[in-house]
Amino acid sequence: MGKIFERLYNGILKENPTFVLILGMCPTLAVTTSAINGLGMGLTTMVVLILSNMLISMLRKIIPDGVRIPAFIVVIASFVTVVELLLEGYLPSLYKSLGLYIPLIVVNCIILGRAEAYASKNNVILSLFDGLGMGLGFTIALTLIGSIRELLGTGAVFGYRVLPAAYEPLTIFILAPGAFFVLAFLIAIMNAINIKRGKPTGKGGNCDQLCAECSNRSCAGRNLLVTKEDK
Amino acid sequence: MGNLLTIAIGSAFISNVVLSQFLGICPFLGVSKKVKTALGMGSAVVFVITLASAVATIIYRFVLAPLQITYLQTIVFILVIAALVQFVEMFLKKSMKGLYQALGVYLPLITTNCAVLGVALTNVQKGYAMEPAFSDAILKSVVNGFAVAFGFLISITIMAGLRESMEYNNIPKALRGMPHVLLTAGLMAIAFFGFSGLK
Repeated sequence: MGKIFERLYNGILKENPTFVLILGMCPTLAVTTSAINGLGMGLTTMVVLILSNMLISMLRKIIPDGVRIPAFIVVIASFVTVVELLLEGYLPSLYKSLGLYIPLIVVNCIILGRAEAYASKNNVILSLFDGLGMGLGFTIALTLIGSIRELLGTGAVFGYRVLPAAYEPLTIFILAPGAFFVLAFLIAIMNAINIKRGKPTGKGGNCDQLCAECSNRSCAGRNLLVTKEDK
Repeated sequence: MGNLLTIAIGSAFISNVVLSQFLGICPFLGVSKKVKTALGMGSAVVFVITLASAVATIIYRFVLAPLQITYLQTIVFILVIAALVQFVEMFLKKSMKGLYQALGVYLPLITTNCAVLGVALTNVQKGYAMEPAFSDAILKSVVNGFAVAFGFLISITIMAGLRESMEYNNIPKALRGMPHVLLTAGLMAIAFFGFSGLK
């Protein structure tokens, strides 16, 4: 039981994929033009993450080590396709507003990263909660960014007008540059809190290593077709 | 011809892949510390995306569409891109030493660059892959792919230049690193809005 809560805490706070690990930046910036889009993207990713974590964990003793990355990618891509078709059928408006970014969930580093770092080494239940924790962390982050952008850009949150009519909406926040600004300040606030508490700032500070690490180890093409000489 | 130019300018500048489509953000933020590495990464991306958009279009047109399994495009494209990157790397290593030394390190990083998959999917979405004439289809896909990648090359190089010249600036502690890079990217995105007047 303790381990399950530890997984949830880890995903939502300690290793929050967006604010701490700085992973999956493409959807984070692209679809958060409104709170509902952020929430939709977060939940979609979470579903894929949970399902792929579970299946990969079930298959972890069957998948040979040498071809594990392509195998993971096929699993993830299949779930993404399933979710995409479901969204198209049942939530056409969300499907339309997320558009290209639904198939692009396949290349979201968080999912392959969790498969490689956690699901391929742990049992199904723990992998499920790892996916749930990470997915929730991602969803919360996306919804937060979406809400802030929608609030500043249109004066509403989830479509409900919050700010008085006298507020002149700053349209820039629902346009591309706003995404960068909002994320920058959210990370800066987290850094400021960490500095005050005397903790080291988030790994975002040295993104160089992180991106290279992420791409190299878990997400990269290099591992895709590992040949004997590479081993 | 004019049509191709419209596609090229639209993809490279007006809807710039990084600054307005948000594809390939990870290398854009991660590999943009020095102009030299940014140029290397950018050229590798140009190389791979141009090749991948041609291959993806051919596969979509002659395999997926006739068999009516276009819903498998995501799975097929990602595997094709991954294999392609691997083959390009092996090919360059064996036969083009100079180019391999320049681009080699960046190639494995590219598979996860969502811009590559993004371009392959947009080519299908915009209907370039299913143009009535094959030559049109392949030309439009390749031009679009090249333009998108060129847009990436431009923005990552500018970003690296800016970061190089700001390296020793005195920045508030909390803004150091990622937030600072993101703010710069935001300002660049505003600048690129100017191109939307070209439409």
